[in-house]
Formats: sequence, structure tokens, C-alpha cells
Amino acid sequence: MKKMNYQNLSSKLSLLLLAFVLAFSTNILAQEKGDAIAGEALYKSNCAACHKLDKKGVGPALRNVAEKYERDWLYKWISNSQGLIKSGDSKAVALFAEYNNSVMTSFPGLSNNDIDNILAYTSLPKPEPKVAVAPTATSNNDDGNLQNIILAVLVLILLLLVTMFYLVAKSLTKLSQANGVEVKTPTKKPLWKVIVQNQFLMLVSAIMFLLVAAYFMYAFFMQIGIDQGYAPVQPIHYSHKIHAGANKIDCKYCHSSAVKSKHSGIPSLNVCMNCHKNIAEYNGEEDLANGYTKEFYTKEIAKLYEAVGWDDADQSYTGEEKPVKWIQIHNLPDFVYFNHSQHVNVAGVECQTCHGPVEEMEIMEQYSPLTMGWCIDCHRETNVDLKNNDYYEKIHEELSKKYNVDKLTAAELGGLECGKCHY
Amino acid sequence: MSLNKKYWKSVEELDENSSIVKALQQNEFVEEIPVDKFLGDKETLETSSTSRRDFLKYVGFSTAAASLAACEGPIKKSIPYVVLPDEIIPGIANYYATTIADGFDFANILVKTREGRPIKIERNRLEQSFGSVNARVHASVLSLYDVNRLQTPLISNEPATWEDFDSALENKLNALKEEKIVLLTQTFASPSTSKLIKKFTSKYPNVSHVIYDTVSSSEALDAFQSKYGIRALADFDFSKAEVIVSVGADFLGDWQGGGFDSSYAKGRIPSEGKMSQHFQFEANMSLTGANSDIRIPTTPSQQKQVVKALTGGSTSGLPESVVAAISSAKAALQKAGDKGVIITGLPDVSAQSSILSYNESVSSVVMSAEKPKLIRKGNSREVTNVINDVINGTVKGLISVGVDPIYSFPNNLAFTEAYTRLVLTASFSFKKDATASLSQLVAATPHYLESWGDTQLKKGTFGLMQPTIKPLFDTRQFQDSLLKLLGVEKSYYDFIKETWKESILESASWNNALHDGVFLSDVEIDNDEITSGTEFISSNKSIDTSLQEGGIELTLYTKISMGDGQQANNPWLQEMPDPITRASWDNYLTVSAADASEMGLENKNVADGGLNGSYVNVSVGDVTIENIPVIIQPGQAKGSVGLALGYGKTASIQFEMQTGVNAYHLYNNFSSIQNVTVEKVDGEHEFACVQLHNTMMGRDIIRETSLEVFNTKDANTWNPVPVVSKDHKEISVNDPGADLWTSFDRTIGHHFNLSIDLNACTGCGACVIACHAENNVPVVGKKEVRKSRDMHWLRIDRYYSSEDTFESDLNKKEKANGLFGETGVKNTLISMEDASASPEVAFQPVMCQHCNHAPCETVCPVAATSHGRQGQNQMAYNRCVGTRYCANNCPYKVRRFNWFLYSENEEFDYHMNNDLGRMVLNPDVVVRSRGVMEKCSMCIQMTQKTILDAKNEGRAIKDGEFKTACSAACESGAMVFGDVNDHESEINKLSKDKRMYHLLEAVGTKPNVLYQAKVRNSKEV
Repeated sequence: MKKMNYQNLSSKLSLLLLAFVLAFSTNILAQEKGDAIAGEALYKSNCAACHKLDKKGVGPALRNVAEKYERDWLYKWISNSQGLIKSGDSKAVALFAEYNNSVMTSFPGLSNNDIDNILAYTSLPKPEPKVAVAPTATSNNDDGNLQNIILAVLVLILLLLVTMFYLVAKSLTKLSQANGVEVKTPTKKPLWKVIVQNQFLMLVSAIMFLLVAAYFMYAFFMQIGIDQGYAPVQPIHYSHKIHAGANKIDCKYCHSSAVKSKHSGIPSLNVCMNCHKNIAEYNGEEDLANGYTKEFYTKEIAKLYEAVGWDDADQSYTGEEKPVKWIQIHNLPDFVYFNHSQHVNVAGVECQTCHGPVEEMEIMEQYSPLTMGWCIDCHRETNVDLKNNDYYEKIHEELSKKYNVDKLTAAELGGLECGKCHY
Repeated sequence: MSLNKKYWKSVEELDENSSIVKALQQNEFVEEIPVDKFLGDKETLETSSTSRRDFLKYVGFSTAAASLAACEGPIKKSIPYVVLPDEIIPGIANYYATTIADGFDFANILVKTREGRPIKIERNRLEQSFGSVNARVHASVLSLYDVNRLQTPLISNEPATWEDFDSALENKLNALKEEKIVLLTQTFASPSTSKLIKKFTSKYPNVSHVIYDTVSSSEALDAFQSKYGIRALADFDFSKAEVIVSVGADFLGDWQGGGFDSSYAKGRIPSEGKMSQHFQFEANMSLTGANSDIRIPTTPSQQKQVVKALTGGSTSGLPESVVAAISSAKAALQKAGDKGVIITGLPDVSAQSSILSYNESVSSVVMSAEKPKLIRKGNSREVTNVINDVINGTVKGLISVGVDPIYSFPNNLAFTEAYTRLVLTASFSFKKDATASLSQLVAATPHYLESWGDTQLKKGTFGLMQPTIKPLFDTRQFQDSLLKLLGVEKSYYDFIKETWKESILESASWNNALHDGVFLSDVEIDNDEITSGTEFISSNKSIDTSLQEGGIELTLYTKISMGDGQQANNPWLQEMPDPITRASWDNYLTVSAADASEMGLENKNVADGGLNGSYVNVSVGDVTIENIPVIIQPGQAKGSVGLALGYGKTASIQFEMQTGVNAYHLYNNFSSIQNVTVEKVDGEHEFACVQLHNTMMGRDIIRETSLEVFNTKDANTWNPVPVVSKDHKEISVNDPGADLWTSFDRTIGHHFNLSIDLNACTGCGACVIACHAENNVPVVGKKEVRKSRDMHWLRIDRYYSSEDTFESDLNKKEKANGLFGETGVKNTLISMEDASASPEVAFQPVMCQHCNHAPCETVCPVAATSHGRQGQNQMAYNRCVGTRYCANNCPYKVRRFNWFLYSENEEFDYHMNNDLGRMVLNPDVVVRSRGVMEKCSMCIQMTQKTILDAKNEGRAIKDGEFKTACSAACESGAMVFGDVNDHESEINKLSKDKRMYHLLEAVGTKPNVLYQAKVRNSKEV
């Protein structure tokens, strides 16, 4: 029994020791434990909407938050902050009051382990700000080099040929002189004199010249007022590439009236603020060649805040609004009526069909010529979907009965009539 | 010899000593041309930094720069909302229900707004809605954007703040607590405003509230009040009438507030062989008289006798024709029993009373006294007392609200003088009108489209008024000012809501009522203080039929376009031709042809086609209006003249719109009938009259028949399809063999037709203004209209018969025999150019007929006008080069040419020349530029929208969805628009109706506008 007791004692001691060691080690591990990588994913999906690492958002900045509060308190707070506040915890009440009584979502779904992971991520040291690398002048374009080399070789060969011919001619003359052959150079009129004196040729070339001139004149006049490729500098550098491309925001999220109205509409600034209330900084890819650094984009977001009257530090609207004067890219003349909903909603035309690969455009530009011929070409080629819209039911039935046609282009349904667009 | 001939250039040359002649021997001009002033000073020229070469450089550079700049498109800015209001989607119109109650026009309406701007007035189609949405109501949206509006309150004609205004008004009111003050207001017909005014007068018991209707219905109100105990007007439902006898009541115009078109027209469309019969005894040719079956020109004094005779008196002293008409009217009334009704517009309490008694005695179903109209409240006697009290100094203060007494009081010199001596003069006004410019305190009030309000237009029919735009200027409603004076810290909106929740809505929802704009309830509201009632006179004996010796009887009336003159600064209304005389931009004295020839008055067409008329001076007592132009009016009773009220305004009215003479000067005792003397004066007036030929010359432009023929004969006898000769055989013009063209298959898809029922069309002109508003039709001004360059896409032609009836015109033409001689074609036609002294009248709205075989399309050298599959004749403005071939080849003369740029052009300084006025433009329709042709598009923007809405929602289109601006505005249901390929549609039925015909069908244009032949119920019983 005694032995047993001893054994018990020693095992107890060893357990204690082990526990101590373990506790210590967990304590040590707690600083480093928790998977910062898993934490980042959790942070982005759960926390980033309201919190930022180094800046106040709706809630406080979270960098090194684990050092400010006890771990257990944090577990409680994150899983049910309102419960903690109601229990009268002084820290919780103070925090709640500090952030304008905005309720933090409860996350009962996050295990302590998850929270540890998140805290591990927030405890990562702040990365040193990158020094913007100036765009290097030397471009490592292999294709270009190859072409240059080929070009140089070609030039060299040409030069060689020219010298060879010259040398051959020279030696031939020498040879003939040596052999006593007299080389006569015929006294020819220069070519231009021949042409000038030939009336027929003059007439033909004058006509040709006039025709060519007329062709270019026509081309020149026809492009007046066509602004294909028009890409003006906007008051705020808004990148469709980032929004529609990298972030895959649907066109119609911002241009919502395109589905209902004739205007696709430039989104009002409150639409921007749906996301940008929480996105004050740009953290995506940079295009250093063009100077589109993170700081550059962040400054553009600041311009939005100024226009909409948002005080990012206070997280509140100041009420001082400065509407943005965008420069209109697609200019429809007054005498044309165009309706977006007809094309987007009824016909189901993709935005890109007319506006081009907007998701790749850093600077928005006019992709299509937007001429009447361009409109008509499409109307001539596009079949109208008669079957999936009850509006067309009657006309479809009558047409198929009478003329036995099943497919109709927009033009055949009257899409070329003047009055459909001009009134 | 010939060498000695001397040619004198002027008489001056005969004078040898003439200095002028001497000067001219050397110089080109008599006066020295001061060339030296700018060229003689060599020094200046040399020191000038701009040399001739520099000048040429500048010219060259600027020309080059200008042409280069023209190649670059202008930079357009696009500014989205910072925070988009929830209800706005850019490009989609919102509609709000509201109510107009400006003291003259009262109606429940819908307002179309685009991006927050009201751009058009529509009818409120809810069954329970009340009131007539006439031309003025349609045009009222433009008055919102009037640049001459008051923009701030004024104190002593200087802009002030509302705080200063409030304290100034309150101080004055407090200082005058012991003195008599009058609050002179329009009729509000508003429960909340009445309540407020009562509170105000109980706080300031020295203030007495007097209601003043600029155009009085006081006698009818007196008669109704003494009989039924409420100051109101009987309502009439003419759709139930079989016989309507009107004595001087222009009920299709503004009689008792108007608004009877719809019910009248219902009874006029023959169904099951029946339609109402309408007798009209009147002096002026009114819209109502023009629509009547039997019209008897009678002077006002004769009208009084007619009322007496109809209600059982004698006919002695009346001309034979009138006696005969009275007896046939009486017989018809007798036959109709309770479906007969008599109405009168005579400003005579006993006449009004005897009519009420008569209608009650036959228990007429047409008249309703249970639910009377509350849209007129004014009392002439009280207003007369106010005038006298102001003049004799018993009243020390006058606050006028929504009325302009300085402009509209009769013989107002003494009043104006006394007004300036008052201690307190305050005016709550929309404009700096005549009264406001003489008042110490002027409160700028908002337009009704910027205001909150409530109404009870008819007993039991409540309405709400809601703002459709934020106030454009620093204005405040009268009611809000009252609340300030009462010291209530509440907005008028809250006050209305409270009133409605307390006493009107009961358990119904406020939001629903606001959404509908109209709310029916039988709750009793103690409305207005009932003024001392008069004893009811049921006997017709007291009708005063005495006539002053030697006078001509003047009947003052209001035009459908100008009304009481509130909207005189509205160019749409100024340019709208009067439906009867077809003259715009004027008022004038209408005189019968017989009187005109006696007085030597003339109307003639001068070389440029314009109509000119003589001038007269008209006097009542010691008041004379000088230089009133004269129009000789067929149908005007001999011995009577007519003159429209509402013109001659000058205060805050743009120069171009200061038209006509102020007839209110003759409006003695607020009676529309006056004895006047007319005296011809020198000079000729230039009218802007759009129709210069008044008769149809026996052609069937308007087809009409009598009810008897319509009921008994085959349609082919009274509505024949014209025949043409082919290979010496007569074939119908609709026969394919008669056609120049091969027709397309038009049976599939939409095909639009517009049907116009000439029986239902009263000629009111609401469609003309609706078309103006919808299609951005420009205003061109009086001078241009005179040159027949008016731009109206839709005109309403008015034809007189040259014999007594159109039928006898036809007979006369057929009887013409040979070319010359008494009964020859030449003389017959010449005689038919003149309208009869008492003609039949017919109206015909004409717009582009959208011919399937359109003559305009074939002559356009650039194919700017072409035909759509849906039946519309389309006009591509950007393609048009302005040859005007199309207009010349159009048999209907409906194409309009833009002779000038009418927008942003100083020469046409109307609403399209200022930023405020341009806010009314419809953004879905382009504003046409100079040099292009334009015309009715059959509102293709509206049909396209209907189609797109259906496509977006993925559904078929229901009948009644397709509308044009004119068909939507037509209250009488005369215009029906729709898809004729929809076999269930109303338009499909109408296109097969036996009354259907096409205008100038024989031309073979195959129009898509149909007319329904007019049927007249003129057979006497």
C-alpha cells in the first residue's frame, strides 16, 4: 500500500511535472502556436469586413490584439461579445462604448483553436513597407531581341550583296577595258521626263492620285465623330481591371439600371461605399511599369471618400458631398434612342459584346465604333429568341403558320426601321 | 431732244440753292462719313500694335483653330447622384398622384416625373377621381418652370428673409388688432385650409375671410345655397341625359368649373339607335354651342326670357325662330321626362333658382344635389363690400391669397388708389403680379406641384396634393405661413395628416390615400363658414328681363386656353388656337356679321395670308377699353358681342405674352352680362389665326348624318366608300386594282390605328397641349403663327356650314349647274366660302394620318421619312435635309417645318430659351433643330416603351396598354388608340364600325387614322 502510495506520489509528482512542463510549453507554443496561414483565411472571411490590422475600422485595429487582452477573455468576447457586455464585464462595456455601440457579430462557430489561428495571424509582425521599385528601363523582351538580330543580319546581308555587285561591276568594267571593249552608256532621258511627256500616263496617274486622295479624304471624314478607343483621364482613376477582373464583381452589380432602364448608369457613390466602407487600402497586384502602386490606388480610394464625404478615421459621413464629374466615354447623339434593358435583359447580350473586355481595362475606353453601321450589322446577324419570351408567342405562332419561318433576325422584326431608334 | 431730257430724282432738285443737292453732286451720302476719325489719325494707326498683317494672321489662326476644334468632340461630363434616392432609376419615369386646385381649375391628376423633374400631367384614371384635366391643367406643368416666378418673399419690393417677413406681418396684424382686416382668398376647397383659416380668424377676430372667385359663379351658388343649405354647385351627369337644354351655359367650357366633357360625350355616341339631344340657346358661339344639335343664337336678355318660357312662362316678344325652338325643346323635355335637364349660365339668381326647381320637379336623374361640387365658393356681394370698404377706408388691411384683385377687379382705378393707402397690404402670390407689386409684404408661394395640400372637390370626394419636386425657389405655402402666425411649430404636411387621421380617414390608410390621390368618404366636414343665405326664389317671375335701351349686350366668357388668366405667362396656352375662332395670342370682340356690316367692321385676309380685323372701343358706363380687335363670328346673336377674360396682363409677364386687353375692367358687379356701347376706331389688328378657310365647300371632309338616317338607312348611303374609275368602270378606292402600290402583308405583329370619334370630340384641345408636352413641340410666337408656321403636330379643324346645315351645303353644291350663271359652279362655290350667320359647327382633330401608302414617303429625296411595319410613318430628323417636298405632297397638311432653331435662340424667347423652362422637355424625344421637317410620330416613344415593358416582363400586351399622348389626354374617349391586329381590341371593333371612314379616302392613301362619322340628333320632336 505504502509503495503503492509512493508510486502514487511519484506518479503524481511526475504528472504534476509533466503538467507543468506541458503548461509551460503550451504557453510558449501559444505565442507561436496557432497556424497563421489558416488564421489568415479565417481572418479574411470573418473579421476583415469590420476590422483592419493596423487601422481602426468599424472595430479596432487587430494587430497584436492578443497582447492587449487575456486569451480567455478574447475567446469569450469573440464567441459572444454581447453576452460578455451583458454580464457587466468592465473591459467589454468600455470597448463597446468606445466603438459607438456597434454590435460585433457573435462567432459561436469558431473553436478556440480557430481563434488561436486568427490571433496567430494578427500577431505577425507588421511587414516593412516595400520601397517602390522604379520601373527598370531595360526590358527583357526576348521576342524583340530576336527580331532585332534578324533585322541586323538581313541588313548585313544586303550590304554584302550591294558591295558584291559593286565589285563585280567594277571588275567587269576593268576586264572589258582590258579587252578593249568599249562600254557605251546610252544617253537616256530620265524616267520622270518620260512620264511627264507621256500625256496618257500623266492622265492615268492624275486620276489615280485623285482617287487615292479621295479614298483617304473619305476615310478621314468618316472617322470624324467616331471615338473608338477614347479613353479620357477620369477624376478618379477607377480600374475596371481590379473590380471586374481581379475581384470578379458582376457588371450589373454597379450598373444595375442596365437591366431596367435605357441608361446603364454611372453608379452613384453610395454603391461604391457598399464595399469601400471597409476597403480603404489597396492590397492587390501592382503595375509598377505604369506607376500603379498600392499607394496610388489607396489615394484614389481617398478621393472617393472625399467625394462621398466619408471620414475614414471617424468611420462616419461628414455630409459634405462633392459629386464626381466623370467624363462620359460613350456619347450617344440626342437624335438616337438606345435602351440598355432591351439589349441586356430582353436579348441577353453580354456587356462585353459592345463594351469589349472591360475586365481587362485598367482605363476604360470606347471599344466599339458605335456607328449606325455597327448597330445595323449586329441587328442583321442576330437572331431573336422567339421562344423563351411570352411576348413573342403570338407573332411566332402566326409567322410559323403563315410563312413557315422559325428564326428571325432583329432586322427582320423591324430592327432596321428608322423610327425605332430615331425619335 | 432726248439728250435734253432731265430726270428728277426728287423734288429737292428743283430748288437750285439746295445744299443737299450740292452735297450729293460730290458725295454719295449727304452726311459726312467720319472716315477720318479712325483712318485719318496716322499716328494711332502706326502705333497700333495690331498691324494689318497681324490682323490677317489672327483671322487665319482663328479660322483654322475653329475648324480644328470642330473635329474634336466636346467633352461631356456625367455626374451621378452621390446617394441615389431609392425610388429613382435614371431613365424610368415615376408617377405621383396629386391634385390641382388653383382657384379656377380643380382636378385629381397624375404627374409624370423623370429624374425628379415633373414633365407631364396625366389624368388620374381611378374611377373615383374628380375633375376635368383640360388644356390648362396639362399646361400647368410648364408654369412650374416659369422664369418670372417670385423667388423670395419681398418687403417693400425688396427681397427679404422669411423671418423678417413673418415678424413684419405679425407686427402689422398686432398693431391693427382693433381695425378691420380682410383676408381675400381664392376658393381652396380644402378641409385643412378651412380649418386653419378658422383658427386664424379666431386668433385675429378683426380679420374677416372673404372668398373671391376671379370668374364668379356667385348667382348659381346663391341659388343652390338657399335651396339646399350648402354653398356649392349642383353636379350633372350628362351621360344619363336624353335631352339637354342649355341656356347660355358653356358646360363643355368653364361653366361652373367645367369637367362635363366625359359624361356628355358618353351620351353622344349613338348606341342602340339612341343618343342625347342637345339644345343650346346662347349669344357667343361657345364650344358647347358648337357641339349642340340645335343651336339658337339668342342675346342674353332673350335668354332670360327663354328660361322663363321653358319653366312655364310666356314666349311673348321673342323672335319666331326662338319661339319654335323653345316649343320643340319643351316637347323634347316632356318626352324625356326625368332624363331631361335644363341648365343655365345666366348670372341671375332667380334664373338659376327656377332651373334648379324645374330639374327637381321632373326629378331629373342628370342633376345631383346630394353630392354637389365645392369648387366655387365666392360671393360677389361680399367682394363688392370689400371693394367699397377699402375705398371708403373702413378696412385698414387687405391680405390677398392666390388672387390678383388689382388686375381683376372691375373698374379698379379707385380701388388701386385706395389699396396703396391701406395700412397693411400683403399678398401671397406665385408671381409678382399687379397686386403683389403694390403690396408692402409679398409672400412667394410655391407652385401646386411643389406643395402639400388636401381637397374636397365634391362632397365625399377627398383628394391629396403632394409635392413632386423640391421647391425650386425660396417659397413657402400660405398655410405654412398661417401656422407660423398661429405659433404652431408644425409643418402644413403634419397638419393635413392630423386632420385626415382625425376626421377623414377613419380606419383607412394614409399611404393608400396618398398613393391614389383621391379618397371617397361620406364623413361630414364642417367646411366653410356659410355666408348669409338668400331667400330661395322659386318663381321665375322675378327674372329681370328688362333691357337697357340702345345698348349692345356683351357676354364675357373665358377661353378654354386662358381661363381666368392665371397662366398668362404660359407660352403653350398663348399659342393654343381657340377652338372656335382658331386665333391664338389674342382676345377680341366677337361680333355678328349683321352687326359688323352695320358698324362697318371688317375681317379680311391680307397678302401674306394673315387675318386682319378692325378695332373698336367698348364702353360700359364711364369705363372704356380702347382698341379691341374684332372677329366676325358666325353664330353670334345679333345685337350681342363677346369678349374673353384673362388677357391684358402685364405684371411679371414676358413682353411677348402681354397679349390682348383686360376685359375684367368691364366685369361690373362680377356679372358676365353687360350693356355696352361699341364704337369703331381706326386701325387694323393683325391676328395670328391658324385656319383661314372656314367652310368645307360641300365636301365630305367631315362626314355627318342625322340620327334618323343613321338608324334607318344602310351605311353605304350616308358613309359611302368613294369610287374611282378604272377602265371606265367604277371600282371602290379600296379595291387592289385602284392601287398604285402593292401592299405589304400587315396582318402579323402590331399594327397601330387611331380612331377619332367626331361625335365624342368636343374640340376642347387637351390633346393639343398633351402633344406639346410629350413631344417637345416648340412655341414659335405670334408673328410666326400668323405666317402659318405654327408647329402643332395636332390641330383641331373647325368647320362652319355655309347654309344652315352641312347637309344643305352638300345639296347646294350638287344642284350647281353649268360653270357660270346664277346657279353655276363658280358662283355656287364662291357663295359657299362664307359661313352662315347661324351655322352648324363640326370639329376634327387632324394629325399625321400615317398613311400606309404615304405620298410624303415617295417624294423624299433622302429617304428621311419611311414606313414602319407597325403602321407608323416615321420621320428621321437627322436624315432630313429640309427640301419640304413631303409637306407639299401631303394631302392633309400635317407636316411642320422648323424654319428656325426654336431652342436656345434669343429670337424665340419662350421656355426653350432658358434653363428653367427646358426642364419640362421630355428626355425621350429629341428637340428638333433648324431646317428639318417634323410631324406626329404616333407617339412611337410610347408604343416602343409599352412593347419593351412587355418584353422585359415576358408577357403579351393587353388591350388598352398602347396609348398616344392625345388618346391618353382625351377625356371624352373620342380618341382610341391600339393594335388593330389584336382581334379582341377596341380599336379593331372601331375599325369595322359602320361609322368608320378615312379622311380624303378617295386619294387612296390608306391612312391608319380612322374617323367615326358624326351623327347629329337634330330632328325636332
